Amino acid sequence: MSLLEVNNLTVSFGEHHVVRNVSFAVQPGEQLGIIGESGSGKSLSMLAIMGLLPDGATVSGSVLFDGKELPQHTDSEMSKFRGKHIGMVFQDPLASLNPLMTIGKQVAQPLINHKIASRKIARQRATELCSLVGLPEPQRMVESYPHQLSGGQRQRVGLAIALACSPSLLIADEPTTALDVTVQQEVLQAIRGLAAAQGTSLIFVSHDLPVVASMVNRVLVLHEGAVVENTSKDQLLRAPQHPHTQRIVASAKQSSALLRQATQSSAQ
Amino acid sequence: MKQNRTLFVGFTLVAFSVLSMLVGWLWTPYDPLEMNPDVSFAPPSMSHLLGTDVFGRDVLSNIMIGSRSTLVVALVSVLIGVVLGSVVGVATALAPAKARQLSVFGIDIVLALPSVLFAIVLAAVYGASTLTATIAIGIALSAAIAQVTRRETSQVLRSDYVAAAKVSGSGTGQIIRLHVLPNILPSLLVQASGAVAIAILAESTLSYLGLGTTPPTPSWGRMLAESQKYLLVDPIVALWPGLVIVLTVLGFNLIGDGLRQSLDPTMKRDAK
Repeated sequence: MSLLEVNNLTVSFGEHHVVRNVSFAVQPGEQLGIIGESGSGKSLSMLAIMGLLPDGATVSGSVLFDGKELPQHTDSEMSKFRGKHIGMVFQDPLASLNPLMTIGKQVAQPLINHKIASRKIARQRATELCSLVGLPEPQRMVESYPHQLSGGQRQRVGLAIALACSPSLLIADEPTTALDVTVQQEVLQAIRGLAAAQGTSLIFVSHDLPVVASMVNRVLVLHEGAVVENTSKDQLLRAPQHPHTQRIVASAKQSSALLRQATQSSAQ
Repeated sequence: MKQNRTLFVGFTLVAFSVLSMLVGWLWTPYDPLEMNPDVSFAPPSMSHLLGTDVFGRDVLSNIMIGSRSTLVVALVSVLIGVVLGSVVGVATALAPAKARQLSVFGIDIVLALPSVLFAIVLAAVYGASTLTATIAIGIALSAAIAQVTRRETSQVLRSDYVAAAKVSGSGTGQIIRLHVLPNILPSLLVQASGAVAIAILAESTLSYLGLGTTPPTPSWGRMLAESQKYLLVDPIVALWPGLVIVLTVLGFNLIGDGLRQSLDPTMKRDAK
């Protein structure tokens, strides 16, 4: 049985369909990449799965988690589900942390929300989680505020929050786009390592093909709100089928070729 | 350290007017209502520290008693304004689209009504008193506070950290308590401290028009209004109530500013 099964998901704002008949499934322990340019409906699909679409959006189709349909229309039922079974890492780590709350409180909050631990134990667990995601000096870190951390550290906090309740699925929505190139790889490694260690399935959303390719085994390509390709990573890199996918693969290869060329000419 | 100094100066100024109010309850140099035509417009001296007004009443005694109506009206009306305004503002921001539009419309209507007009209506129905003035000022303040609070709350609700909180399973109550309130608090404090100034001036206006504190009960606003008539005869009489109003308003503004700074962790100098 699939861990997550999305069937004919459609999100529209009035007459305008921004996500059209998207269907895919994630198996337990699987890493799925979702790739597409901005406006292709990647983020909206993820928000639709979590039942967090903005006002004015209408959604149809079904989302099954562990074989059970998610009660997306009742917010109180969904909030019991969010964070406990599906964790999510956001694009902008500074904006997604409350500037007035200490790191420790924010990491402990999911545990308190889901009554997994008492406030006191949740705070201890927060320190453990901070050290788990590779934050230096976790004892001191839990007392810090978001503005005192570097971008990479903030995203590790985001990861700690997402993994606090040991969810079976982690959704990472462009988690490294807002980070410096040099820390991107460290954060990606942390996500990959922790997902593998905890046996968490991963949906990795990005516009960046090389990053996606380094993270997942299977890739879903979204274009103008619709799935244009759903295939293994190897197949995608070797023989992309849809013209849009061919363009993505070609341009990624071109930029790596350009980099190689530049390296060679500067070596001479 | 800087915000501590701001807070300190603010508290000192406010403490001074509060103290004069408290002492005024127990003791004043003279009976504030006792008229003595012999010493009309007496300059400040040892017997009358701040001089006397046109009727020979002791100005210091009047300021001490007058602080009662002024400060009580100001503080109670600001309390009404902040509580009512923030509840309405937050509720409006959380309401579904139709109810929100209706509420915004209602806030705009109250904002469009001058508080003086509202006070006239209240005074006509219930009789002019310090209480009707307080309620009228409080409701007028609450509309302005509700408008800003609604905007700030919607901004917080649209933020990524609220989305992140929802994703990790926080319900509406927790989002209000942990995210909305702490993040709108600085703006509420600034508005409240500004509102104290508006309320003191509004009380003065209403008392001047005979819609607030009724004569002979002194209030700073009424003292200022009365002395204004004799500004060319003896300007110094107008100085005292004006000065205490300015210093008290300044004190509240400094407190608001200092509190706002000390609540914001990004403004703390000695960041860990």
